[in-house]
Amino acid sequence: MSLRISTAPHMHNPLTTQRLMQYVCIALLPTAAWGVYAFGLPALLVLGISMAGSVLAEFVWQKIAKQPVRINDFSALVTGLILGLNLPATAPWWMVLIGAFFAVIIVKQLFGGLGDNFLNPALAARAVLLASWPVHMTASACVNPTFFQAGVDAVSTATPLGAPGSYTLMQLFLGQCPGAIGEVSKAAILVGLLFLLVTKVISWRIPVIMTASVFCCTLLIGGATPEAALAAVLSGGVLFGAVFMATDYVTSPITPWGQVIYAVGIGLIITLIRQFGSYPEGVTYGILLMNIATPLIDRLPRKIYGIKKEAKKA
Amino acid sequence: MSEKKSVGTVFFNGIIPENPTFRLVLGTCPTLAVTTSALNGLGMGAAATFVLVCSNIAISLLRKFIPDQVRIPAFIVVICTFVTMVQLLMKAFLPALDESLGIFIPLIVVNCIILARAEAFASKNGPVLSAADGLGMGIGFTLALTLMGAIRELIGNGSVFGFNLLGGSYEPMLLIVLASGGFLTFGLLMGLVNLAVKKFESKHADKEGQAA
Amino acid sequence: MSITEILLFMVSCILTHNFIFNRFLGCCPFLGVSSKVETSVSMGLAVTFVMTIASLFCWLIYNFLLIPLELTYMNTIAFILVIAALVQFVEMFLKKSSPTLYSALGIYLPLITTNCAVLGVATLNMNNNYGLLQSVLNGTFSALGFLLAIVLMAGVRERLESSKIPACMKGFPITLVSAGLMAVAFMGFNGLV
Repeated sequence: MSLRISTAPHMHNPLTTQRLMQYVCIALLPTAAWGVYAFGLPALLVLGISMAGSVLAEFVWQKIAKQPVRINDFSALVTGLILGLNLPATAPWWMVLIGAFFAVIIVKQLFGGLGDNFLNPALAARAVLLASWPVHMTASACVNPTFFQAGVDAVSTATPLGAPGSYTLMQLFLGQCPGAIGEVSKAAILVGLLFLLVTKVISWRIPVIMTASVFCCTLLIGGATPEAALAAVLSGGVLFGAVFMATDYVTSPITPWGQVIYAVGIGLIITLIRQFGSYPEGVTYGILLMNIATPLIDRLPRKIYGIKKEAKKA
Repeated sequence: MSEKKSVGTVFFNGIIPENPTFRLVLGTCPTLAVTTSALNGLGMGAAATFVLVCSNIAISLLRKFIPDQVRIPAFIVVICTFVTMVQLLMKAFLPALDESLGIFIPLIVVNCIILARAEAFASKNGPVLSAADGLGMGIGFTLALTLMGAIRELIGNGSVFGFNLLGGSYEPMLLIVLASGGFLTFGLLMGLVNLAVKKFESKHADKEGQAA
Repeated sequence: MSITEILLFMVSCILTHNFIFNRFLGCCPFLGVSSKVETSVSMGLAVTFVMTIASLFCWLIYNFLLIPLELTYMNTIAFILVIAALVQFVEMFLKKSSPTLYSALGIYLPLITTNCAVLGVATLNMNNNYGLLQSVLNGTFSALGFLLAIVLMAGVRERLESSKIPACMKGFPITLVSAGLMAVAFMGFNGLV
């Protein structure tokens, strides 16, 4: 194997990159498995097309740009998997493919490849798809009917965010609700989180603080009851985003205090968009916007001083 | 600026070698804002070309009378006069186009292409050359805007100049006609133009090398 | 306007209808002067300063001079002269009264005359029939939106400096693509107000 490649400054050893990405893949497996179980064959197709498309895009770009081909570092595969998990199972194949190519080529490779992208590629691609084909992106059909309580139309049900209160906390936790393939089962996501924490791939800081921030902001801004706030945390993509996307090394701050500001900011933006915005869900935008602010957060002095600036931005 | 320039070279200079949009990167605001369709791009380009040619001629004729210290305000007043003319003409004869270009018609005043050509060319050259420069730059600008408008309209709406090209089953990529799509299309297109120019130059250099 | 209305108007101007990411006003300085965070902060502050007073003066001129004289079709020429004069005046005033601020903003002030955000905000105020207070607030808040955009952009660009960007994308193209992706993220604020 030829792994003599230059990587981003903070990733000294290419083998580490490969190993990290493999761990992330493993951590995503329970979530993906649940998604396929709950949404059936279409979900498997979306995940497959997304992963194959991302790896193909990486391969094609590195061939055209005459760079060493390093699709074996698993990074394109992870991008594809995360993108697929962010899509509804009904997404048409061409849309998934466009998303995969956009994520790898425009968001990652044009900026210099792995380690140089300033946005999370899968999330940026998701936002682009959502803006381009809103109808395909918000459809949440073809859910395995056996998972639903009687009386709820299983073919085109309201998502938990569209109709709060239509699902119990337990249903939300176990993933017996519609949504994107990967975001529904919080239990599976927590298994992945546990794995990533044990293998020290990520620290607890961003996922925990971001989730807490969503909880507190929903209580304070939305004036919700604690139970409704907990439902808000368990609805939509909050946990999936907190564990697998907000923690991306490349696009999150490096200092502990920076990570706190970043995670709190994401929670705040998510709540603002959910409460007042025209989109039902704000996880994608919350993380992307704080990705954009990350270079500035990294410049802040290492004290609480930075909090003030944060308040202004939101 | 002492060497003699032919009207032809000056004219073509603005179309490709110093294309104001892709090579000089001037006037980015209208380029991004109005190119949601090919027709809008063409309309904006035509309006800007008219102002560019007229202001270049006027400034070139007045260049000996304008004191150097107040030349920028003087240029702006000249440009603004022609912009107001375009604005009123458009309102009267092309109300639909005026509606879709909106605020960007009065903003031709602060389009840096026009002021830049006044400062860099018209204030130093005679009226004929200045007119050629204005026309070349204007056509270069118009071509760039129309091209970008056509690409964005095709991807974001499936049509060019209002003619549906991609059929009914095509699902348009709405993003491209939104604000962010403007930035993305412009950036990618400029990257492609740079790539093409580089390829062309290296081929040219190869040929010259062989000849020598 | 009540406090709530002012707050909502602020969110609308800064986030939802951001001058750069939504209205495409002020793109030239946004692309040209955003390579360093410090300079972009100075530029943003200078623009805020000028846009606020330009909104005020253009409103006064339009309502107390152009309308009574029935010269409203002369608005563009009147506004641009007001802005050019204001910029000149601000420059002279700052030079005398606050040399530190002048040295920080000085070189950017002349550039602001041809920043379409300034003429744009004056024209928007006129088109929307805003009152005096709302015009001035629109000027300030829109400029703060510009400040936010240019500072975020500068942060991203400083980061890109060490990246292995393909040769044909270096400079303006990659800056534009970054701006496009940032605009996608800003779409999240749609409908906030």
